[in-house]
Amino acid sequence: MATTDIRPGEAATTAKPQLEIMAIDKSFGSNRILKACSLNVAAQETLVVIGPSGSGKSTLLRCVNLLEPVDAGNIFFEGRDITREADKAHLVRREIGMVFQNFELFPHLSAAENIMLAPVRALGMSRADAHDIATALLAKVHIPEKADAFPDELSGGQQQRVAIARALAMKPKLMLYDEPTSALDPEMIREVLDVMAELSAEGMTSIVVTHEMGFARRAADRIIFMEAGEIIETATSDAFFGGSVNERTRRFLDQILH
Amino acid sequence: MSLALVFDYLVSPTFLRGAMMTLLLTVCSLAFGVLIGLVVALLQESRTRTGQAVTLVYLWLFRGTPVLFQIIFIYNVLPSFGIRLSAFVSAVLALSLNEGAYMAEILRSGLQAVKKGQRVAGLALGLTSFQVMRHVVVPQAARIVLPPIGNQMIGMLKLSALVSVIAVEELLLVANQTASATFRYFEALTAAGIYYLAMTTVFMALQMLLERSLDPKKRQRARNVPLAERLLGITRAPAIR
Ligand SMILES: Nc1ncnc2c1ncn2[C@@H]1O[C@H](COP(=O)(O)OP(=O)(O)O)[C@@H](O)[C@H]1O
Ligand SMILES: [Mg+2]
Repeated sequence: MATTDIRPGEAATTAKPQLEIMAIDKSFGSNRILKACSLNVAAQETLVVIGPSGSGKSTLLRCVNLLEPVDAGNIFFEGRDITREADKAHLVRREIGMVFQNFELFPHLSAAENIMLAPVRALGMSRADAHDIATALLAKVHIPEKADAFPDELSGGQQQRVAIARALAMKPKLMLYDEPTSALDPEMIREVLDVMAELSAEGMTSIVVTHEMGFARRAADRIIFMEAGEIIETATSDAFFGGSVNERTRRFLDQILH
Repeated sequence: MSLALVFDYLVSPTFLRGAMMTLLLTVCSLAFGVLIGLVVALLQESRTRTGQAVTLVYLWLFRGTPVLFQIIFIYNVLPSFGIRLSAFVSAVLALSLNEGAYMAEILRSGLQAVKKGQRVAGLALGLTSFQVMRHVVVPQAARIVLPPIGNQMIGMLKLSALVSVIAVEELLLVANQTASATFRYFEALTAAGIYYLAMTTVFMALQMLLERSLDPKKRQRARNVPLAERLLGITRAPAIR
């Protein structure tokens, strides 16, 4: 189950998974939020995470890019154990992009400056080079004309696409999306999911917490279902949409689809 | 009543020195006040028990007594504990300790107004905590705290007149001494008043320029405080104690 599934026809890039989560535990006070979660993500794979609110999906993502320290277990990123590298956390995070439910664009910076900030400040890139990257990325997320717009002048869908571009500017090897469309009006969900699906198709390794089953069907290689801090089910996209899921997963799907 | 005399006072070295002293007191006390306020705000944010206790006692002492009392206390009572400070140093010490208590509140509200998600987003990009502070939190907090700090600056200018009580040769004392010696109250006080108004006006202009330079869109915000309101001090965060 927890081995790397590579779909037929896809290039078998590496034998080792890009991300290897081994039995991680996380508690807040006496609440055990993650219970011995294990998960592998292959390079270029897109993994969709579903599960009820409070099941630990966000916490799982936050542990992966070291925003939360784990209590036990290990996380290997590209074969390297990053679990206890608190002092080098910022170096690890440069290689892992994250997109949030509420976009979290910096309101004092224009779209282009939002994208340029990390390359300039964290990598010491020149402003001119960073600006070229910002321009290219804004084109990639289909809003080349918004370089000079400030976040409060953009729609939610546009803001989230700038946020994706901002994460991509660091050339991450892994993207984490935490419910990227749940704060959006329905008519804007599509434009964001399209960008994400395009990135997945280009081979960006991604973990996506979302309940957008259309996206899962379109872009996911595998889908996992979490409940109460445990990964209850891991299924390939085909198996999942073929209907071979266990009882608890099915009950949850019935809830979110109706 | 002689306007010529008012003019003479305005350009006289004594009044000029008095005004410079007022300016120096204001700038020094404000600078140290911001530093103290920053330390207190960070101590409060740190949530350590000693930090909390120390700041609580400090705020209680300096917000719970009149500034005039603090000035007189530092100048007259500290010497009996062997701490002998010049009138100027006592004045700056009292004014900055008092200012720090108010500044802490302003700075804390500014830092808190920047939501946690903003810091997390900065960290997630691979910035260090310091870079997040410098490039994400501070620029946003600065825009929030600048108007109240401007008010404090103008408040401090006026507050500095209180230190005439310990014989610091600032503007009001100079004017008052001149008037008592010559009985030209109108002329001496008018000259001092003109200096005060000139200085507050310059401060307000600086404040507006700074606010505008911090506005990324370089456009006049609707919430910019009208001049009259600034002058009358009827905006947020009262500088009155
Ligand atoms: N910083 C925190 N401190 C205390 N409890 C937290 C914290 N973050 C998350 N939790 C708790 O952990 C549980 C799982 O949260 P989360 O990972 O956000 O779930 P999900 O994203 O699946 O909705 C929730 O019960 C939440 O209250
Ligand atoms: Mg969540």
